Amino acid sequence: MLGIVRQKMLEQSLKKIPPAVSVLRSYSSAAKQMTIRDALNSALDEEMSADSKVFLMGEEVGEYQGAYKITKGLLDKYGPERVLDTPITEAGFTGVAVGAAYYGVKPVVEFMTFNFSMQAIDHIINSAAKTNYMSSGQISVPIVFRGPNGAAAGVGAQHSQCYAAWYASCPGLKVLAPYSSEDARGLLKAAIRDPDPVVFLENELLYGESFPVSDEVLDSSFCLPIGKAKIERKGKDVTIAAYSKMVGYALKAAETLEKDGIDAEVINLRSMRPLDRSMINASVRKTSRLVTVEEAFPQHGVGAEICASIVEESFAYLDAPVERIAGADVPMPYAANLERMAVPQVEDIVRAAKRTCYRSVS
Amino acid sequence: MATAFSPSKFAAQPFPLNTTSQNNPLTIPTTASAFLGSTRKPILLSSSSNLNLRRGSLTVVKALSKGIPARAILSELLGKATGCCRGQGGSMHIFSREHNMLGGFAFIGEGIPIGTGAAFTSKYKREVLKEADCDHVTLAFFGDGACNNGQFYECLNMAALWKLPIVFVVENNLWAIGMSHLRATSVPPIYKKGPAFGMPGVHVDGMDVLKVREVAKEAIGRARRGEGPTLVECETYRFRGHSLADPDKLRDPAEKAHYAARDPITALKKYLIDNSLASEADLKAI
Repeated sequence: MLGIVRQKMLEQSLKKIPPAVSVLRSYSSAAKQMTIRDALNSALDEEMSADSKVFLMGEEVGEYQGAYKITKGLLDKYGPERVLDTPITEAGFTGVAVGAAYYGVKPVVEFMTFNFSMQAIDHIINSAAKTNYMSSGQISVPIVFRGPNGAAAGVGAQHSQCYAAWYASCPGLKVLAPYSSEDARGLLKAAIRDPDPVVFLENELLYGESFPVSDEVLDSSFCLPIGKAKIERKGKDVTIAAYSKMVGYALKAAETLEKDGIDAEVINLRSMRPLDRSMINASVRKTSRLVTVEEAFPQHGVGAEICASIVEESFAYLDAPVERIAGADVPMPYAANLERMAVPQVEDIVRAAKRTCYRSVS
Repeated sequence: MATAFSPSKFAAQPFPLNTTSQNNPLTIPTTASAFLGSTRKPILLSSSSNLNLRRGSLTVVKALSKGIPARAILSELLGKATGCCRGQGGSMHIFSREHNMLGGFAFIGEGIPIGTGAAFTSKYKREVLKEADCDHVTLAFFGDGACNNGQFYECLNMAALWKLPIVFVVENNLWAIGMSHLRATSVPPIYKKGPAFGMPGVHVDGMDVLKVREVAKEAIGRARRGEGPTLVECETYRFRGHSLADPDKLRDPAEKAHYAARDPITALKKYLIDNSLASEADLKAI
């Protein structure tokens, strides 16, 4: 099949007579693109194939192929006993999944959005997160709660909240938020293999976005460590720490800042709990300036925690106050123009970075 | 042979404290006679049935029944490191992996989905993982108060839908702290809610150990045979307040006296002695 693709591309490129270099580049094996959707689907598929104890549970995950098509094809492949369509009963089915995990299987529970996890939050926190401690290690809960988190587009206040800070404040949980397809594959596989409850926060607007993936990422044994952030862009003037969709915005902001002579370092947090404090602090010790970016409500958020961590551990290294960019402190408006104002935009990040560098922000 | 679940046996079941009479004893069908002819083996639920429970001392009782040593439980209640959860769980959170005690839960109704999940795993292990000898049945215990909670109904639905091997056991002691079951519930007979979800609902005198045992055996047998869940309502009573903090002023002394006269342990003791199954000395030793 690849041969045919090559032939077709060759014919096309010959017609256009492009430089030889670009023709060669399109065949590079490291430049394969993968959407987040496919990354998550392939991760689920591979983990279910490797371990028959892994099963999926959630609304519309089976016959509908997934509300966002993340679980597409898995019902046909693994059958209704391993891909369960549940009734609309978040509290009930989450509790059932947690109880199943107590007793030895590995559920992956999908919430259609994490807003609905609020109906099940008692089971996530009290039955899943705290049980390993309460039972003094006897009962482990190898469960994954996954689904889209945070703002989408025009879905209103009750469908747009980001739950990273809520879950990340709870001991006993691990909380992950992928940005790229590499993150999505590696972190979801790690989450499924992990013996503890993991909250896996995806982003609806990123599902269709493509990212380059290497052969290593495509290998079925690929896994990323939980609790480690990634430096997406090295820099020396200011550290910008973000998670999920905001990493993309931070990278765009970094490009804009470069034109103004500010070399930004962008950290993709990947893991809200455990938070990679050592990497963030090491970066701030190098740059002396920090901007945190999140789409969530500002109060008691991830940015607040990072700021506290820097103040506690690297205060003397700061050359400017920490800038915290977050969503507006208001339930998400419905109107498109208001919604745009309620979430951070690239310009907000650029302005904040300039403020930390004491540059004019006009 | 009519079983405990034959509709006729429970057709004319008056609910206690039905509005007027407070000393109306339950007219339980005489299943006891059927039992006399059968084995005297002690109650054997399943080699690894899972129990999970709702609150405080009840968790302790179930833990003892599951075989967790009394010493480990008492140490746990006192917050000692030698407790079954090293003092980390406490009275409401007794867990034992070894004894398949999947925990006590503080939130009302919280344990019902957990128990349903354990039953789900039993079925999953048998049918998907093809593990041999996987006939584990789960018993979920909770009170009358939990029966007005949404999770209860969500689990009745899912357990019946997926034919899970679980027995939902309601310990209806008619009071949730100071809230009378009759004041809180639109349709007080809880066992009637089983058929609404597609499973048998059975009402039994919770003060009679042997009757409860017979009903349990049948429900567990049903679950083991793959016929699905059962809802068992045990009518019982709470002799003291809900906790040390409960002044217990709302309950009628006459009601308390009526049930105190039907203490199950005293009744069982009398039964054992009357039928020469044990002597006074044996019982004193226990």
